Amino acid sequence: MRENLHRFFRAARGVGVHVSPAESIDAMRAVAQVGISDRAVLRDALLLTLAKSQDEKLALGDCFDLFFSQPEPRQDQPEAGEDDAPQDSGQPPSSGAPSDAGEGQPPEGLGPLAQMLLSQDRNTIAAAIASASGAASLSDIRYSTQRGIFSSRILDAMGLQRLRDDLDGLTATNPSLAERLRAALDALREAVRDTVSQGLALYAREEAENLRNEILRNAPLARIERRQVAEMRALIRQIAHRLRERYSKPRKRQRRGHLDVRRTLRRNAAWGGVPFLTAWKRKHRDRPKIVALCDVSGSVAQVSDFFLLLIHSLHEVVDDVRSFAFSSHLIEVSRILESKSPEEAMSEIMSKVGFGSSDYGSSLLDFEKEFMSTLTPHTTVIVLGDARSNNLDPRADILRRISDRSKRLVWLNPEGRLAWGFGDSEMPRYATFCTVVRQCATAHQLERAVSDIVATYQ
Amino acid sequence: MADQKASTSIEAVESGLAAQGYIASRQIATAVYLSQQIEKPILVEGPAGVGKTELAKAIAAWRGMKMIRLQCYEGLDEAKALYEWKYAKQLLYTQILKDKLGEVLGGAQTLHAALDQLHDFGDVFFSKEFVEPRPLLQALEQPGGCVLLIDEIDKSDAEFESLLLEILSDFQVTIPELGTVSAITPPTVILTSNSERDLGDALKRRCLHLHIGFPEQRLEERIVESRVPGISQTLRRQMVGFIHEIRSLDLKKLPSVSETIDWARVLVLLQASELDTEIVKDTLNVLLKYETDIEAAAPQVTTFIAKAARSNVFG
Repeated sequence: MRENLHRFFRAARGVGVHVSPAESIDAMRAVAQVGISDRAVLRDALLLTLAKSQDEKLALGDCFDLFFSQPEPRQDQPEAGEDDAPQDSGQPPSSGAPSDAGEGQPPEGLGPLAQMLLSQDRNTIAAAIASASGAASLSDIRYSTQRGIFSSRILDAMGLQRLRDDLDGLTATNPSLAERLRAALDALREAVRDTVSQGLALYAREEAENLRNEILRNAPLARIERRQVAEMRALIRQIAHRLRERYSKPRKRQRRGHLDVRRTLRRNAAWGGVPFLTAWKRKHRDRPKIVALCDVSGSVAQVSDFFLLLIHSLHEVVDDVRSFAFSSHLIEVSRILESKSPEEAMSEIMSKVGFGSSDYGSSLLDFEKEFMSTLTPHTTVIVLGDARSNNLDPRADILRRISDRSKRLVWLNPEGRLAWGFGDSEMPRYATFCTVVRQCATAHQLERAVSDIVATYQ
Repeated sequence: MADQKASTSIEAVESGLAAQGYIASRQIATAVYLSQQIEKPILVEGPAGVGKTELAKAIAAWRGMKMIRLQCYEGLDEAKALYEWKYAKQLLYTQILKDKLGEVLGGAQTLHAALDQLHDFGDVFFSKEFVEPRPLLQALEQPGGCVLLIDEIDKSDAEFESLLLEILSDFQVTIPELGTVSAITPPTVILTSNSERDLGDALKRRCLHLHIGFPEQRLEERIVESRVPGISQTLRRQMVGFIHEIRSLDLKKLPSVSETIDWARVLVLLQASELDTEIVKDTLNVLLKYETDIEAAAPQVTTFIAKAARSNVFG
């Protein structure tokens, strides 16, 4: 049973439930307490110890049902195989047989697998499949292309070779028995194939998911295919969740805690140091204020899209965000992003300012004229863009004034460092006035950039 | 054999809680049983009013233990949850003992000698005498064990969670000046959360995670039966059926078990024998706590009553 539980933990990781060694120990202890005879109680116990949220409970419950619907290698429980579809499908072709099966035991001299198949003992067969899948380490299956090899491995482990020899022998001596055996073998193949598919569903999910996310995290945002956009959004949400967890500690710290001895003594000097009034230590922290200026022209647009999505899903951490989008002129888009779904918001922004040829100079001028007052000494200004201004006046002087008025000015450029300064790129001129300039082309870099910005306020 | 024992023990938990008027589902009973067996706290999540806090009270009453409750809120810190030095008392004592100190130190010839002598008395002011135990420390000091209810943990700060970790996993706390205080008898710890914010993984890992949702119709009927004994069976069926219909609506705040019980009491007080549109509309404010919700539900009342009555026939 312990082996089974370990495989179940791996399957649980596959559906996205984090099962650490400590949790698996707890689950083991819980199972040892409640026993394994009552499936409902076992399910409750595993759900209690492993799942850590309602979503995880649902996922784990499904996983449990799928996992324990496969034949268990335990003979003492006659109902174990009952909900086992592949075994049932093995019944019909030979259902006529049992009546005349009574005429005699299967002939001597057959291999164990042939005898097992002819004896029609579903539980024994189920147990044999389960132990053979253990021997073939089915839980290592990762990709759907491996199904064939695992099926044949399992069949080999069950003694297919011997069965073939038996079949050859029987075809000559006892054709009707050979026919029965062949039908049973087909049913067995089917059952094994189903077991492998189930194994794939259980164990392969984790790896496939990890791989896909890993690739996605390091893929250039600007060149993401349309079908991946939804997955990318999900990934960005995950990132936002992670950042929120990390930084959403309340910023109010000026509460009671440790006695501030110096201030207490000073305050009570009038009473000769007898502490009638107590003073407590305080800590002051700035609230994050972010102003984001995003280029939404052509190639940069998709990066800005994800960036804006990330910033706005961080509202628990960053309560004061103002976002502006520009290509040839600049507008404020905070309200659009807050009130609409990401898809709608982006299409609305694009229809308002998108697809123009970018003009950094006039966009900065728009910002200076209308929104300069949003900047305070606590503000972090983030500019996201490739700084390609089509050879128009870059107006770096405005950027200098923005930098002077704010706490930090961070420039995120989706282009690689190599391309900065070449062609119409104004990056080196802008870079002089930026606190930080960094490349930001993938989800991974985006996470690092936003994380660093939020961290400065902690 | 162990299996047999386990399932009977789970039933024992169920009936024990039932005797205290808490009708537990099988999951809840399993959680309570497991938490006792493997000495782990239970983290209970679920919507407001489904009986999370009640569960702790019921366990305490059933096992005849004291219940210590720590209500969490934003800004709760160790001084209020764990222990606090009685600063004022310490300072006051130094003032009062000034003369005495003078006497003690009077014999010393040099400053160093005085300091050495003072060191011997320094610890006097950081002894148990001056520790004010707060709920968590109190819970550890109960000789007979207790039920420690940490209510609405999601309202507290993330720092406070970290503070709890030592208590939850080892049932001990470390006071720098005094050393480690271990529980005399490990308390049964129940944490409740309304999922206002996500709790840290470290905290969740140390607990059994129990989610209490709205109960099934049967279970809710039994709960009403145990809490409001005066209500007739037909009315009970009808009202619970009605509430289940209401919960299918998209409302700001769905009525939970506590509202069901309140409503049952109100209906008994009004001496209603069965639901009708009139009485439901008059008492809808017991069930629904927002004006918009009442407006949304009001037009549906008649349909819902009919539906509840129909399911009653088959039920």
